[in-house]
Amino acid sequence: MTTPTAPGASGCAACSVAPAAVEHAARAPRRGARLLLSVPGAHCAGCIATIERDLARAPGVNSARLNLTLKRLSVDAAPEVDAAAVIARLDRLGFEAHELDPGTLSMTETDRQGRDLLVRLGVAGFAMMNIMLLSVAVWAGATDATRDLFHLISAAIAIPAVAFSGQPFFRNAVAALRAGRMGMDVPISLAIVLTVLISLFETLQSGAHAYFEAAVMLTFFLLAGRYLDFRARAVARSAAQELAALEVPRAVRLGADGAEATVSVADLAPGDLVLVRPGGRVPVDGVVTAGRSEIDRSLLTGETRPVVTAQDAEVSTGEVNLTGPLTVRVTAAGKDSSLHRMADLVATAESARTRYTTLADRAARAYAPTIPLLSLGAFVAWMYLSGGDLRLSVNIAIATLIITCPCALGLAVPAVVTAASGRLFRKGLLIKDGTALERLAEVDTVVFDKTGTLTLGAPVPDNLDAHPPEALSVALALADGSAHPLSRALSAALRARGVNPAEVTELREAPGYGVQGMWGDVPVKLGRAGWVGTTHAATTGAYLSLGAASHSFTFTDALRPGAEELVGALRDQGNAVWLISGDVEPAVAAMADRLGIPHWQAGALPQDKAARIAALQAEGHKVLMVGDGLNDTVALSAADVSISPASALDAARAASDMVLLGRDIAPVADAVRISAVSVRRIRENFWQSGLYNVVFVPIALLGWCTPLWAAVAMSLSSLTVTLNAMRLK
Amino acid sequence: MEVLVILIPVSLFLGVLGLIGFFWTLRRGMYDDPEGDSRRILNEEFDDAPKPVDKDET
Repeated sequence: MTTPTAPGASGCAACSVAPAAVEHAARAPRRGARLLLSVPGAHCAGCIATIERDLARAPGVNSARLNLTLKRLSVDAAPEVDAAAVIARLDRLGFEAHELDPGTLSMTETDRQGRDLLVRLGVAGFAMMNIMLLSVAVWAGATDATRDLFHLISAAIAIPAVAFSGQPFFRNAVAALRAGRMGMDVPISLAIVLTVLISLFETLQSGAHAYFEAAVMLTFFLLAGRYLDFRARAVARSAAQELAALEVPRAVRLGADGAEATVSVADLAPGDLVLVRPGGRVPVDGVVTAGRSEIDRSLLTGETRPVVTAQDAEVSTGEVNLTGPLTVRVTAAGKDSSLHRMADLVATAESARTRYTTLADRAARAYAPTIPLLSLGAFVAWMYLSGGDLRLSVNIAIATLIITCPCALGLAVPAVVTAASGRLFRKGLLIKDGTALERLAEVDTVVFDKTGTLTLGAPVPDNLDAHPPEALSVALALADGSAHPLSRALSAALRARGVNPAEVTELREAPGYGVQGMWGDVPVKLGRAGWVGTTHAATTGAYLSLGAASHSFTFTDALRPGAEELVGALRDQGNAVWLISGDVEPAVAAMADRLGIPHWQAGALPQDKAARIAALQAEGHKVLMVGDGLNDTVALSAADVSISPASALDAARAASDMVLLGRDIAPVADAVRISAVSVRRIRENFWQSGLYNVVFVPIALLGWCTPLWAAVAMSLSSLTVTLNAMRLK
Repeated sequence: MEVLVILIPVSLFLGVLGLIGFFWTLRRGMYDDPEGDSRRILNEEFDDAPKPVDKDET
């Protein structure tokens, strides 16, 4: 029904594409034909065959194809087949799946850019290999006319190739110069263009040295780095798209005559009456005027237990109405609603998050000015030494420019980030932000939310063994008659035990109380303690009455798989672990105790969570926030780095840097470990390429650097940097 | 050295052929799912007849 979650996406500066995707999705009529699902569990040839064969058998499905690299399933199906049906089918096969936003237009846009880079890379590679072949002949000792001919052919290949392949650098360099900055692309473009021009001049003068292969090789290696970098960011961008909320916030307005009209939330005014059906989200802030139901506030407050709501109770935007229809008088809608105020908080927190300077930025800033300066210095010095030999001086200046040009530097970060994100993706973690790894490496404090993050956010009955079989089968029959989360949990657990439902007739749901019916001639009820006619136990529960006898079912929130290992692993790594939840104190204390978390805080409002994180940061800690709810969104954007599970609310996923694809939360520990290793590798790479410069710059300055040396040095440093990145485990 | 007149055009032609081949594979989406394709080849299902390629696969 209505989901007023879209504002959250706009609060995320890092994924500015998301609002556009929402807008696009809202405008375009959904064809219903193509479904996109993320299937994080798929990993082998068998998975492909199982999934595709099973879906091909499903009615209405024309074709299904699983992309194993992206772990993404695209299904071409008739409009009546919806994602939920496909997800249920996959679930039976044992694969977990999430629906993705098929924002096809923007997706192809990203694809087009990737292909564009790949084409340029292909052209540069082709040119490089051919020129290399010709150069080998020159290095082997070709002379006179043969050498000139080879240089000319090289020029004929290199000039168009560089003009085409180097465009991304030239464009960036021009943009940087216009803005008065000195980016990395300026010295790169300068080196490429000058090298080609000088080589052409040398060739026409029948000179001995031409650096065409160096110019093309430089373009090739730098493009390779650029492409890897692009791939890492494209994944981030499509993740933002995938996670963007699709539904347009709408509400059912009741007219003066009781007529229902579906309107946009923006058109509602305070005082309007709105109908909220069971199962729907409350679209506005307001006061209940009629009806009785239970409200699930877990996304907003972290409370696991549904709250009974009757006349005059206040409800807030984003809460889920569970059992009965409610009529709500609007007190605030749209921009004034509590949800929107939360979005504003997120925006503030994000702008406050200091602009992080990446390692690459810092390296580039130190490096970029030295390249042209060094080469200019070489030119002036040799002009003086040789007594005005322009050609020699220019040649040495160019050699210096090529040698110092940060070829390996361009690969240093993207190669490591690609290796690390690939590894984490295989473990079930999607990195949305390119700098997230570097930020994660500095983390020393981890803050968890409870409901939905450390727990699955779904209650599980824990005392089924204590009840006689007929009570279980009656309970199942009654539980099937309600959409209340406890009923559904009970029903699922009983079915999993192989219990068959008893014959219960006259099944009726009393909203806010429970379900009742007749079992033979015995009246049976499943619901709240007072209504069923029994005393209330201490824990969350549902009560069943069978005539005179009564039974109580108690529930616990199931721990997310891997939660215990994760907390243990994080503490072993020396991190401080916090548990901050909006839930009531006993529940939070019990959870903290069970997992061995020393610091915890209960009853925390969204602002409290953010304030706690700010306090930790003020003490000099770097904080990782792991959370899933709307009440975590502010904290997620305030923390230095944040992770949310795929089951989280869209706004929370949009605000976080990484998304857990599976149910298992243990990969978070891997992420922390891998990020630390990655940053070490990046630093090593910088040192390595620096070392090459230290060795080869003097050679170039002294004028001993031939095109052969330039080519060897460049390839070697790029190769070692890439190999070092691939060592990442 | 006259042999160069033949050899250089031949080598360039072969290189261009490779480049065209690369463009072709790119256009046919052969780099979209390298991991899946490497596993799919182990599948016996389409040994006798090829599965039609879905062109607008993204």
